[in-house]
Order: sequence, then structure tokens, then C-alpha cells
Amino acid sequence: MSPPRLQLEGITKAFGQTQVLDGIDLHVREGEFVSILGPSGAGKSTLFQLLIGGIRPDRGTIRFDGTPLAAGEGRFAFMPQRDALMPWRNILDNATLGLEVQGMSRAKARGRVLPLLADFGLQGFERHYPAQLSGGMRQRAALLRTVVQDREMLLLDEPFGALDALTRTSMQRWLEAMWKRHRWTALLITHDVREAVYLSDRIYVLSARPAQVLHEIRVPLPRPRAAGFQEASAIEANLLDMLFTGQTFAGDKP
Amino acid sequence: MPKQSSFFARVWPAALAIGFLLAAWQLYVDLSGLSPTLLPSPARIAQQAWIHRQALLDNSVPTIRATLLGFSCSLTAAFLLSIVMDFSRPLRRALFPVFIISQTLPLVAIAPLVVLWFGFGLMPKIMLVALVTFFPMLVALVQGYQATEQEIALLLHAMGASRWRAFRLARLPSALPLFFAGLRISITYAVVGAIFAEYSGAARGLGIYILNAKNNFRPDLVLAAVAVSATLTLILFGMTALIQRLAMPWIRFEQAAAR
Ligand SMILES: Nc1ncnc2c1ncn2[C@@H]1O[C@H](COP(=O)(O)OP(=O)(O)OP(=O)(O)O)[C@@H](O)[C@H]1O
Ligand SMILES: [Mg+2]
Repeated sequence: MSPPRLQLEGITKAFGQTQVLDGIDLHVREGEFVSILGPSGAGKSTLFQLLIGGIRPDRGTIRFDGTPLAAGEGRFAFMPQRDALMPWRNILDNATLGLEVQGMSRAKARGRVLPLLADFGLQGFERHYPAQLSGGMRQRAALLRTVVQDREMLLLDEPFGALDALTRTSMQRWLEAMWKRHRWTALLITHDVREAVYLSDRIYVLSARPAQVLHEIRVPLPRPRAAGFQEASAIEANLLDMLFTGQTFAGDKP
Repeated sequence: MPKQSSFFARVWPAALAIGFLLAAWQLYVDLSGLSPTLLPSPARIAQQAWIHRQALLDNSVPTIRATLLGFSCSLTAAFLLSIVMDFSRPLRRALFPVFIISQTLPLVAIAPLVVLWFGFGLMPKIMLVALVTFFPMLVALVQGYQATEQEIALLLHAMGASRWRAFRLARLPSALPLFFAGLRISITYAVVGAIFAEYSGAARGLGIYILNAKNNFRPDLVLAAVAVSATLTLILFGMTALIQRLAMPWIRFEQAAAR
């Protein structure tokens, strides 16, 4: 088995008196799709902030390809929890943002993005502003902005959390199809059990705050994983169990 | 055509309200038989304004010049200082109280002093206009930068953007809505500031015109000059709204989505 690309060991973080992360261990291998499943407020987004260097851990190490991760190294393409599209830029210019920051000229960056618009269901909308788009389209635009950066790993923070159930399901199917083609190495945060099972090779189940890894489970199902698939449902039920028992334990603590 | 009809739809209630007020005023003066040296009627003001149009125009030019120059200086200063203050928290802490104090200076006391120090020329007018318009714009800009969405800031950090890059890409455009709100407040002070400065000493200008008309017991001409100054302010206000539309073309869609 290939060595892990990203490896977290004993990551601990508190904000003042609030202990948020308590000794998180996890890893992601090349071409692997890994999900972090945890209750709301567990500290999942905090974990991503540590990875992108917005904050530093109190304890623990983060390694990428075996070497400690230096701040501002730019190995990750990050998609924040809300889409964070810039309202003043049209969809095309939102999508090119990461490339522009990397120093690419606007014209060249547009050349990179334009051929991808169709795949992301945004063709004909490149001159529209985010406010003119539906929720699903906005998320696809944010995803396009993320993947086009061509970084070594994707960090997706609840990309479909704000969508209605129907749109969310179609987006999950679409993302799975995209992933099968591109084989991105990806770490996904979600609190949607079905989404985790549908998309992941492996799932880390976190406890409520302070977050610890309760379980690490493998999803050995073939793709594509149509919803309602029996084995998937069994894993989903199992995961829900873990989450609920996990929460009761956490609730017992002071 | 929907754009034009919506413009009229928004303007007619205001036009109606103003028309109603003027009609009531006219009626009151006609019925009470007050002397025009006490309370002139709108019709008389309009008539006298027309007769004295050349003088009014001649005196408006220096006021407009002082307003625009003072406002440009103030805008430039507010913009540069807001950037400095956004990048340096100690400077923000040091300068903010100073600017707040500058807002407590009573114009009645300051205007004659500034004229005393800098003479009857353009300089003191520019300074006074700048003094009254500077602060709302500065506050709007500094708070506007801070209104940047946290997640956009995080995103740019993850992309590896420098502080300056993030400022230009995110903080500056994020400040636009508040900036224009501050600009609209400022612009309504600008003409009044210029008139006040002229009132304290000038060769020409609406301020000195008002002073002379008052001393000659011509309230009709005082009010005619006031109407000119109100019109100037309305035009400037309208121009900021127009500039905002051009500078923020996306805002229409956000308003449409919010409806
Ligand atoms: N900068 C900060 N300062 C203080 N407390 C913070 C900060 N960032 C996060 N927290 C706290 O840390 C906890 C975890 O927040 P986080 O956003 O990581 O949760 P989450 O698992 O992503 O939740 P959700 O699923 O609702 O997005 C919360 O209680 C939050 O209030
Ligand atoms: Mg979160």
C-alpha cells in the first residue's frame, strides 16, 4: 500500500477555554477519497483551518509526503463551508481566482477554465454574477474554482450542506462521476451520513466537541453507488448508530 | 422600458410630497397676507430667483468649485488613510479618536478661525468641506474592509495570497456597499460646508450671497439661494447613486434575489 500523503498525528486545539480538537489522528493516501463525519460544532472546519495554516495546532504534527507541513505551502485546494464566491466577480472570474493568485495572467487563467465549464454545468453562465445562480450552480462554481487550482489535494468543507435534498443527491452523483474521471485525492467534511457513504473510500467518524476519532471505517462498495443500495444502507445505519452513541458519550462529559 | 417606469414609480411620491408642501406654503402666505419681507411665498421666490438668475449663477460657481475640490481632497485623504489604518491596528487605535474629536469641533467656531488663518481664498473653503465630509467616508471605508466575509479571507489565505493581494481582491470590493453609504452621507454635508465657509468670509459664493440678502432684508433671495444649494446637493446625491450603479453592477441581482 502506498504511504500516506497527508498524515495528522495527535492534533489538539483549543480556543481559549474551549477544547475543540483532542488528539486527532488521520491520514489520506494518493487518489483516495476520505470523509470526516461528525456532528455540528465538533471542530471539523477547525481541522481544515489548521491544514491551510489559518491557525496552528496546540499539539500534534501535520505531515505531507512525510515532511512537516510549512505554513503557506499551497498543497491544498480549499473549498470553504459557504461557497465564498465573490459577489462582485462573475462566475468565470470567480473560477480563475486561484490561478490569478498563483500569478497566472487573467487571459491564460480564463483559457484554463473555459473548457471545464460544460463539465460543471456552467456553460452559458460564465458572465453571470453569483447572485444570479441557483444554489447548486453556485456550489459547482465553487468546486470548479477549487479543482482548477491543480493542487495535490482537495479539502471540501460541507460542499452540499446548504442545498435541498434533491439538488444535493444530484450533486453527489455528479461529484462521484467527476472523481472517477480525475481521481483527485480528497478530504471531505460532512455531517450527512449518506453523502459520506456515497462518496468515500474511507470515513472517519468524529465525536462531538472536543472532537476525537471514534471510528475509522472502510466503504468497500463498487462505484457508482446508486442510492438505496442495500449494503450502503447497512453502512449508513451503522454510521448513524456510531454518531448517536458518540454524542451521548460526549454529552456525559462536563 | 421597465427601468424608466420604475424610476418614475420611485420619484412620484417624493415629487407629490414636495408639491403638496409648496402648495400649502403658498396657500398659507396668500390667505394670511404676510409681508414678503417676513415670509415670501414659493411663487415669489421663484419669480425673484428668475430675475436674479445671473447673480445666483455667478455665486454658485465658486461654491460648486469649493465643494468639488474639498470633496476630492477629502475622498483622497480618507481613502489613503483608510488603507493605512486597515494595515496597522496601532495606527487605527491612535488615529480614530483624533478623527472623532475633529467631528466635535463646532463649525460656527472653526469656520471663522480657518478663514482668519488662511484668508478669503479657496483654501479655507476646501479645508472646511474636507473637515465635514472626511469622517463619514473614513469610517465607512474602515468598517467596510472589516465587513469582508471571513470565508473569503480564509479562501485567499489558502490560495497563498499576500496581505496586499487579499486587500485588493477581497477587502476593497467588500467595502464598496458601506463606502457608498458613507459617500452619500458625506455629499449631503459638502455643499453646506462650503456655504458655511463662505458665510464666514468670501468675495463670492452662495454663502456670501445669502449673508448679503439677509442684511438687505430679502428673505426671498435667501431662500432662492437655499433652493439652489438644495438642488446642488440633490444633483451630487444622484451622481453618487449613478456611480454606485456603475461601480457595483452585481448589486441589482442581489436586490432582485432578496426580494
Ligand atoms: N476562531 C475561533 N475562536 C473561538 N472559537 C472558535 C473559533 N473557530 C471555531 N470555534 C469554535 O470551535 C468549535 C468548532 O467549530 P467548527 O467550525 O470547527 O465546527 P464544525 O464541526 O465545522 O461545525 P459545523 O458542522 O456546524 O460546520 C465551535 O464551538 C466554535 O464555536
Ligand atoms: Mg464547519
